[in-house]
Amino acid sequence: MQTFNYTITDELGIHARPAGLLVKLAAGCKSDITIVKDGKEANAKRIMALMSLGATKGTEIAVKVEGPDEGEAAKLVEEFLKANL
Amino acid sequence: MVKCAGKSVLKGIAVGKIYVYRKQEYVLKQTQIDDVKAEQERFELAVSEAKGQLDILYKNALKTVGEEEAMIFDVHKMMLEDEGYLEDIKEMIAGKCNAEYAVNEVGNNYSQMFAAMDDDYMKARSADVLDISKRIINNLAGTQDASIKTKEPVILLADDLTPSETIQMDKSKILGFVTIHGSANSHTAILARSMNLPSMVGTDVELLEEYHGKTAVVDGFAGEFLIDPPQELLQDMISRKNGWLDELEGLKKLVGQDNVTTDGRRVNVYCNIGNEEDADRVLAADGGGIGLFRSEFLYLGRDSAPTEEEQFKSYKAVLEKMGGKKVIIRTLDIGADKKADYLGLEEEENPALGYRAIRICLDREELFRTQLRAIYRASAFGTASIMFPMIISVAEIRRIKEIVADVKAELAAENIAMGEVELGIMIETPAAAIISDELAREVEFFSIGTNDLTQYTLAVDRQNQKLEKICDTHHKAVLKLIQMTVENGHKENIWVGICGELAGDTSLTRTFVDMGVDELSVSPAYVLELRKAIREI
Repeated sequence: MQTFNYTITDELGIHARPAGLLVKLAAGCKSDITIVKDGKEANAKRIMALMSLGATKGTEIAVKVEGPDEGEAAKLVEEFLKANL
Repeated sequence: MVKCAGKSVLKGIAVGKIYVYRKQEYVLKQTQIDDVKAEQERFELAVSEAKGQLDILYKNALKTVGEEEAMIFDVHKMMLEDEGYLEDIKEMIAGKCNAEYAVNEVGNNYSQMFAAMDDDYMKARSADVLDISKRIINNLAGTQDASIKTKEPVILLADDLTPSETIQMDKSKILGFVTIHGSANSHTAILARSMNLPSMVGTDVELLEEYHGKTAVVDGFAGEFLIDPPQELLQDMISRKNGWLDELEGLKKLVGQDNVTTDGRRVNVYCNIGNEEDADRVLAADGGGIGLFRSEFLYLGRDSAPTEEEQFKSYKAVLEKMGGKKVIIRTLDIGADKKADYLGLEEEENPALGYRAIRICLDREELFRTQLRAIYRASAFGTASIMFPMIISVAEIRRIKEIVADVKAELAAENIAMGEVELGIMIETPAAAIISDELAREVEFFSIGTNDLTQYTLAVDRQNQKLEKICDTHHKAVLKLIQMTVENGHKENIWVGICGELAGDTSLTRTFVDMGVDELSVSPAYVLELRKAIREI
């Protein structure tokens, strides 16, 4: 399993559009991708779960990636977060 | 009279009859179904129908209200693909529940979850969940969305409006919206602003049937909704409304008029834009051209740099829309504070003073050449000019001109048509303003970027709220630098414009005209106000 932390810098936090884009990216990975905020977990393949985390600007989230392509998937997700959130 | 307070979304006044809009009520009884498989199929069909409807709504909204507002339908579609949501519904159906009831229940659960969040933006999303659920239920039940049935235009009073409801309504029948729920971020609010409809959200009013047909006033200045006001007050509000409309009308009369002072001095009023769609707003606002076309939109929010072809298409589209009017394209102006990960920019202590804008372009020539090629190719389709941001030295311009000459030679060798392209620079560093005498010999125009010029001159970070008090946008130092730049430009017979926020500050219009500023570039919304200010000098 790969894990890393990331702090949201986007003004609106994980709002609808980036959540949608993240879902598309996650759906393309074989691994399970979980976003954790304050102990609350959300499957990155589900837009409503992601949005309901309420991850606003300044929130630290943990990302857990587990599966056959976890190395590459973790890298993709990290790049995505940096670019969009 | 009933007086209700709410959040105004537009400073204006509407007077008219109330139309009480109610969502269609469903008889959502839970029934036990026998054929689970058939019910699942019925549900899936309704979802795929909904996706098709959203595609159409997206395309329509794109045409009528622009990309930003249309995006919501794309997001709705993603919500409809949310496995958690779909699975919850399917699970209920598997338990022999009818599809309508299952969708309604799950939709309500998700909606309540969003409504319970502290974040205003997320709270507003609870309406989206209800919207998509309602859409599926409509499809299941074979019913259509209710439209408003009225001959004369009305003030629409509703609990809340979903994006699909607002977009489907006949706007010529609406004087204003008043909703009980909704926030300044809601779609109704955004739409009302773009259509210039006095409206209120979060209003403390009840949705009573007896209000239907009653005369009411939306006072967007005070944030008040007055139901059945006494005659005297009504007359007063009508005359205030007329005053407001006259003012708008007065500005509209300035469409097609010259930007000229009473003593005959002429100033070009151009617009700042950030994407292709904005060009339509420039034309609608009667802007004389585009004084700043920020090219960043092409570079941000993506995984790789935009290709020459993509850029060419965007520049060409804007040039064609603008006819022969001048379009000044500013080359890439980003740094470590903007998100373009594919550039691999390292995080910096001080991005405002860092590796950004022209500094990146001159360091990574390929990136710069691609953009220049795209602009020169597009230049055959209108009147294009190019300006370069963050200049501090003559050497930079000379290097830019070498690259430009190279790119032009390359294109000429490929037999590609090009137009005449003016080259200019942004004056946004104190250094550039101070040596503007030397810089003026190298270029064909100056455009003063007052936002950065102010922050660099005063050493005040504009984003830092604690410094708001000392961030004096009218600071003498900045005005002196502007004056100096204008004088130095004119000595070399080049024109000088201003494209920062200060350009639209009508308290300074006289100062700028007296300095001899040739062009002011502002947001399309300010064109007519600025024209009015110029004509009053």
